[in-house]
Amino acid sequence: MSHEATHDGHDDHGPAKGLMRWVTTTNHKDIGTLYLLFALVMFFIGGAMAMVIRAELFQPGLQVVDPQFFNSMTTVHALVMIFGAVMPAFTGLANWLIPMQIGAPDMALPRMNNFSFWILPFAFSLLLSTFFMEGGGPAGGWTIYPPLSLQMGDGFPFMIFAIHLAGISSIMGSINVVVTILNMRAPGMTLMKMPLFVWTWLITAYLLIATMPVLAGAVTMLLTDKFAATSFFSAAGGGDPVMYQHIFWFFGHPEVYILILPAFGIVSAIVPTFARKPLFGYSSMVYATASIAFLSFIVWAHHMFTVGMPVVGELFFMYATMMIAVPTGVKVFNWVSTMWKGSMTFETPMLFAIGFIMMFTLGGFSGLMLAIAPADFQYHDTYFVVAHFHYVLVTGAIYSIMAAAYYWLPKWTGNMYDETLGKWHFWISTISVNVLFFPQHFLGLAGMPRRIPDYAVQFADWNMISSIGGFVFGLSQLMFVVVIYKAIKGGKKATDQVWEGATGLEFEQLSSPPPYHSFNEAPVIK
Amino acid sequence: MQEKKNQRSFFKMASVAVMMFGFGYLLVPLYDIFCELTGLNGKTGVTTESEIAAQYQPDKNRLVTVQFVANNASDMPWDFKPLVSTMQVTPGQLTAAQFVASNTTHTEMTGQAVPSVSPTKASRYFNKTECFCFEKQSLAAGESKEMPLRFVVDPRLPDDVKTLTLAYTLFDVSNKTAAN
Repeated sequence: MSHEATHDGHDDHGPAKGLMRWVTTTNHKDIGTLYLLFALVMFFIGGAMAMVIRAELFQPGLQVVDPQFFNSMTTVHALVMIFGAVMPAFTGLANWLIPMQIGAPDMALPRMNNFSFWILPFAFSLLLSTFFMEGGGPAGGWTIYPPLSLQMGDGFPFMIFAIHLAGISSIMGSINVVVTILNMRAPGMTLMKMPLFVWTWLITAYLLIATMPVLAGAVTMLLTDKFAATSFFSAAGGGDPVMYQHIFWFFGHPEVYILILPAFGIVSAIVPTFARKPLFGYSSMVYATASIAFLSFIVWAHHMFTVGMPVVGELFFMYATMMIAVPTGVKVFNWVSTMWKGSMTFETPMLFAIGFIMMFTLGGFSGLMLAIAPADFQYHDTYFVVAHFHYVLVTGAIYSIMAAAYYWLPKWTGNMYDETLGKWHFWISTISVNVLFFPQHFLGLAGMPRRIPDYAVQFADWNMISSIGGFVFGLSQLMFVVVIYKAIKGGKKATDQVWEGATGLEFEQLSSPPPYHSFNEAPVIK
Repeated sequence: MQEKKNQRSFFKMASVAVMMFGFGYLLVPLYDIFCELTGLNGKTGVTTESEIAAQYQPDKNRLVTVQFVANNASDMPWDFKPLVSTMQVTPGQLTAAQFVASNTTHTEMTGQAVPSVSPTKASRYFNKTECFCFEKQSLAAGESKEMPLRFVVDPRLPDDVKTLTLAYTLFDVSNKTAAN
């Protein structure tokens, strides 16, 4: 803080000039912007891969790409969307919002913050470079199960190191979040006064710190199995490929909640604003988030019901999984109760938030179906699973990120976004995303396996409809880019409060846009 | 003050991350213990003849069917099969069986068989005193070999288990052996 104090005389200095500002910045707002733009670029790269997938599946037969490339599209689409789009987008939101919401001048560890962002472009260059190597990109599924994943060509170590780097980046980002929240809150900002976005991110950060290293261990074992003659997952040498699945999903299931808990925080901020009522059941929201995080560590084997488990194991993981519906139900109940008898208006952020609540709940419901161990033997590895996790990730996580972007964009830029275009974006996205993913439930129940480039003709109709929905959804995201571009360039000035019902330090005590350095003096918390 | 506090918190959280990396590796032995205790993945037990004489009373009133299955890993060209595919076994009685492997290639190769017993809950009651799977098996080009197996089914095997399947998968480990 002594360093900070010597600068106090200069009052608020702006950002450095030129491109180097972005390379050397330690400002939480700049880094937040970098994360968000990086996530947007990755969203379109991963989206382009999804377009290739839907183009190939438009008709039965092989017409657009060869099967090996198709498989690498499904694999890298997932890796890019999870580690390159959704996670960095949430980290970007955390960077922008957490210091402003808890009244801190910046993140606690600003240099590490810069480092954790700038690792990411390198990680994803490594991952995407595998497409130009002998053997092509990773094609064994994003879960990189051995022994299949070990058959990958020259790109294998590049993929592993890309995962290591992305993991290091998000561990550093999470440490920063935890330290900031625990140490940097303004006086009077007690834990139970924090906005829910801060709470959900605190819990998410703990999940990340606890599980990303386990993933790092698992992929390191894959690496040594391939190049250093170890036999962690090779039965011939006394290992067991099923063990990889246990270790992977011990990371993988908490990871699923890493991708959704910050979304809960975003929706808990937006719904009260546009219902003009305080959030219903704040403390139950906090406890529900914590219980979901705890439960996420004891349900991993529901991803592998068909691998061969004792009945007792299947039952345990089935009941534990179903138990997650209870805290999640508490959350949905609270959001609905917040809206109950509220003076609601339906600006774009609210539309995305309500879309989130409805469609995420639908995805949660198909998740409950998948949790039923005996029924899962039918659904396992079919398009039903694909439909399920796209409902919770696209209309869940991505919708919440869109909602957040619309909600805070006027605060960040000082300009209102184009409301008409925003509403068009919401409605076209919502119609097309349901045309895209809802038929995949039917395909899965009828037995269409996931990760295949060709299929029996009985699946042709729904696949064509799904693909049409996919193309429309993909193209309609360009509207989002236009909205963001226009809001950065100019437009109607936003008020400091931005929204009539908005609460929280960033809306009550900071201008729109906020000064480059905000809360150099801690705000007074009422 | 604040910076010191932040640094301390950083090191705390970073050490949690490092510990969890270690925990990922710790899961490997934990998984082995868990499999041994529960018989998960059909891991079988090992015993000795003297232990059998001391522990088991052959249960003359009961017969259990034991089926033998031989599989090759995808890159393994050997012929590999059981001499008899099914046996009636008295629980508690030491029984012998044979598998035959022949190296159909023109080079010397080394194979490793990996056993698995189904159903899972019975695997704990299937104990071997002697098995070709305990060691790597080397065969010269064109050589055939009868490979012995001696096992005993624990008489405490649950009553509802009438049939056990012992499956071997044969892996080519020639490269790994050469490297060592």
